[in-house]
Amino acid sequence: MEVNKKAYEAYVKEMTPVHKKWPNLVKAFLVGGIICTIGQISTNLIMNLGVEKETASAWTTLILIAASVILTGLNLYSKIVKFGGAGGLVPITGFANSVVAPAVEFKAEGQVFGIGCKIFTIAGPVILYGILSSWILGVIAYVLKAFGIL
Amino acid sequence: MQVGKASVKFEEPPIIESMASVVGKKEGEGPLGKLFDVVEQDDMFGADTWEKAESALQKQTADLAIEKGDIRKKDIRYLFAGDLLGQLIATSFGTVDLEIPLFGLFGACSTMGEALNLGAMTVAAGYADKVLAMASSHFATAEKQFRFPLGYGNQRPLSATWTVTGCGCVVLSKHRNDGIAAITGITTGRMVDMGIKDSMNMGAAMAPAAFHTIEQNFEDFHVDESYYDKIITGDLGEVGRSILLDFMKNKGHNLESVHTDCGLEIYNSQTQDTHAGGSGCGCSASTLCSYILPKVKDGTWKRVLFVPTGSLLSTISFNEGESIPGIAHAVVIEHIG
Repeated sequence: MEVNKKAYEAYVKEMTPVHKKWPNLVKAFLVGGIICTIGQISTNLIMNLGVEKETASAWTTLILIAASVILTGLNLYSKIVKFGGAGGLVPITGFANSVVAPAVEFKAEGQVFGIGCKIFTIAGPVILYGILSSWILGVIAYVLKAFGIL
Repeated sequence: MQVGKASVKFEEPPIIESMASVVGKKEGEGPLGKLFDVVEQDDMFGADTWEKAESALQKQTADLAIEKGDIRKKDIRYLFAGDLLGQLIATSFGTVDLEIPLFGLFGACSTMGEALNLGAMTVAAGYADKVLAMASSHFATAEKQFRFPLGYGNQRPLSATWTVTGCGCVVLSKHRNDGIAAITGITTGRMVDMGIKDSMNMGAAMAPAAFHTIEQNFEDFHVDESYYDKIITGDLGEVGRSILLDFMKNKGHNLESVHTDCGLEIYNSQTQDTHAGGSGCGCSASTLCSYILPKVKDGTWKRVLFVPTGSLLSTISFNEGESIPGIAHAVVIEHIG
């Protein structure tokens, strides 16, 4: 049976259709590029108001998150990602979507056990391992500095 | 009468006396749209949560089947019903008001086959004059439980299927010479696990089970594909159908023209963006009660083998790295007269 299963896995892999790579890449490039361009425009406009670059970036982040939250609520962000794939997932707007979507979905289960417990079901691993990896990098940097390498 | 290894042949075949199908908006826009009894435009079915919506869907379908058959509720002795949700909450909450003794069933998307298997045996054995067999699924409840929140953006693989929002319900009665169709035999499936781990390719997980059950049916009844006008699987979709046909071909059976799949009938994959096809308990159940049974009734098809297929995974087994075992239950449905 084990050999059979292996053969079956190979057979299924061969006959299962997959998304076309190149059109998907182009669409991801377009969508991701558009989101980032909007971000840049926003930063420039805010800087034109006489705000410092760092503060303007923070405002832009907030604006993009707010836009994603609203689009998720209107059930439009999922359509953007369906078209643009990782181009819609990777920017901060995708992260915001992954937090808001469960919040909306599990609202019916209550503020604590619904939204509270389940809001990070998708984003949770990103947050956890993001913090963990930055902690590890911090330790490495500390050690390297202690030895005068950095 | 027991035949072969896993089948029963009914000397006095129970009949399908009444049927009803209720589906959601998307299913109503599909190729079978005009055949359903009710196409509900509101996917919430007037409820305030998706789970309550699916319960309301079951209630509406059961009531309709009873009403269409002009049957008194108290004459129905048992209800065999199920859905996809944990602890069968769509069924348990949806059937409270029916006040009919319930056997809650979980066979994943094969539930309608399981309900018909058990219902037909119960009626044929004389333990009930009338029983209800019903199964439902809802796109939103299934997505929430097995996949992602609805608002979450992602790209579904081409092998993924679309869970049908729908419910099918039949009233089975003891043998007589009128009715919609007769159930003359059943072949109960066993678990088949070919090691598929991709929950977005359930057609590949279930096809070996469908193959096994259909083979078993041929063997037990000493027949082949020519015995049936149609062999209709539940929700194998494009990928699963190809695998089933390949497997069958290797055994010398050509199912190309005789086979169809409810998952392929219920949506137009080109225009409705459903990828490999429809799935869910409601897929085979609502297709049975809208498309298949009327064709058996009017004699277009004299004998069909209805084979709902299920992939028995949970989010826990999936996260723990387990493969997806499949199951398929076959029901021989024949024209009366």
